[in-house]
Amino acid sequence: MPTTTAPATRRGFGVTSRNDNWWITPVLTFLGLSAFVGYSTWAAFQASDYFFNGNGADYLSPFYSPVLFDVAGQKSGHALFGTQPSWWPGFLPFSPAFLILWAPAGFRLTCYYYRGAYYKAFWADPPSCAVGEPRKKYLGENSLPLIIQNVHRYFLYVAIGFLFFLSYDAWRAMWFTNAAGEESFGIGFGTIVLSLNVVFLGGYTLGCHSLRHLVGGFMNHISKAPLRHKCYSCVSGLNKRHMLWAWCSLFWVGFTDVYVRFLADKIDFRVL
Amino acid sequence: MTTATFKIWRGDAEGGDFKDYDTEITEGMVVLDAVHQIQAELANDLAVRWNCKAGKCGSCSAEVNGMPRLLCMTRMDTIDIDKPITIEPIKAFPTMKDLVTDVSWNFEVKKTIKKFNPRPPDAEDGTWRMAQEDVDRVQEFRKCIECFLCQDVCHVLRDHQKTEEFIGPRFLVYTAALDMHPLDTEDRLEDLKDAHGIGFCNITKCCTHVCPEHITITDNAIIPLKERVADRFYDPLKKLFRRLFGKKS
Repeated sequence: MPTTTAPATRRGFGVTSRNDNWWITPVLTFLGLSAFVGYSTWAAFQASDYFFNGNGADYLSPFYSPVLFDVAGQKSGHALFGTQPSWWPGFLPFSPAFLILWAPAGFRLTCYYYRGAYYKAFWADPPSCAVGEPRKKYLGENSLPLIIQNVHRYFLYVAIGFLFFLSYDAWRAMWFTNAAGEESFGIGFGTIVLSLNVVFLGGYTLGCHSLRHLVGGFMNHISKAPLRHKCYSCVSGLNKRHMLWAWCSLFWVGFTDVYVRFLADKIDFRVL
Repeated sequence: MTTATFKIWRGDAEGGDFKDYDTEITEGMVVLDAVHQIQAELANDLAVRWNCKAGKCGSCSAEVNGMPRLLCMTRMDTIDIDKPITIEPIKAFPTMKDLVTDVSWNFEVKKTIKKFNPRPPDAEDGTWRMAQEDVDRVQEFRKCIECFLCQDVCHVLRDHQKTEEFIGPRFLVYTAALDMHPLDTEDRLEDLKDAHGIGFCNITKCCTHVCPEHITITDNAIIPLKERVADRFYDPLKKLFRRLFGKKS
């Protein structure tokens, strides 16, 4: 590779000729992501109030879905394999969220949008466009550890599976059981909250850059595969607003947990 | 009559400093008009590269208030003239004089990218047939005017000066235009990964942000290329699939 005849001058951290408020976006990103990580970690450690069965409803927090094992003494009605397994080490706290949260966390951590956002907000690499950086050394995603970001497509596969579980949870939230044990269709505020959660997460997951590649982006002759072309167009459409979907889904998944947690002590507002 | 103060960087490869110039601003002016006015009235020796004044030649790249922009496409009514307006040469490349930089590195880099290598012609008259859907994607990349604002704002080149390891967003777009072309048969993935350093891009999207042609550089060119590189080199299931079924990619 050729080199420039003379290296450009390095600028110090934060040095820029920009006179706009360039720092606002990285600061908001830092606060938003920090708040979410803080809250979700707290919620995962609670290992309680993650479902609501009162008033005939059946709501499950997305932070705990799918429930592989219920906490001993709690019965969410969603556990796939019963209660807390006996092989779980006694010295470790148990929460159903520990078993599944790695997947959505990994999906977001390796997401192309979030990567660009948190490199700026948390690592100042760069703090913002055309603003000086704090470090001289730079490896990018060309070597360890960040080369691991290429695992993103595997998290995508798992995230798509999660969408089915969350859709099922939203479906379950549409059915209410009366005192006689009979189920009837209904819409509670929780039904709307859980359904919107699927919409936002669906918009985010199905607009993923890796999915865009996998459904047709890898081809140069997509005209020969009309179904792939349709899928590629749909994913590309969602991908144009990937950042918006990312933030909406992040906020809403947190709000959904807050709502279900709130309901664990209160009564849901029944719409229909 | 409205007057604005411009702080224009004056100097050469050895060094320089900002100098203040006050000039009159009239309706419809762009920054290049103001620079030309200063050149005509106050600083006859001010060096600025320009050509088309229409945002199509990519010559007048500079930094206005710290952001890479085309001087001819930056309207004065989009700038706060109550404060001095800073104009500097682009930072990623060596300065020659005042606002003029030596961007020849880019042309040398371009030579290192494997050229377009079409499949044999489809018809006896030596022509090819392509479906519109197949060329839609690459047409966006052909809008590039090679102003090198994306190269300038890219922190890998600008701050880390990885000019020997990374080709920069402009040439990732160029590679994407070739690699995604329905007629092309060349394999550029190994070069992308090794010699051209696509892994250095950490997708900050600054290149997309400054592109005067509004090419969605990161989402439509760089990330799809990163995914193609991941297919070939970082996806164990795909590797296994290729071993079992003997497919190249």
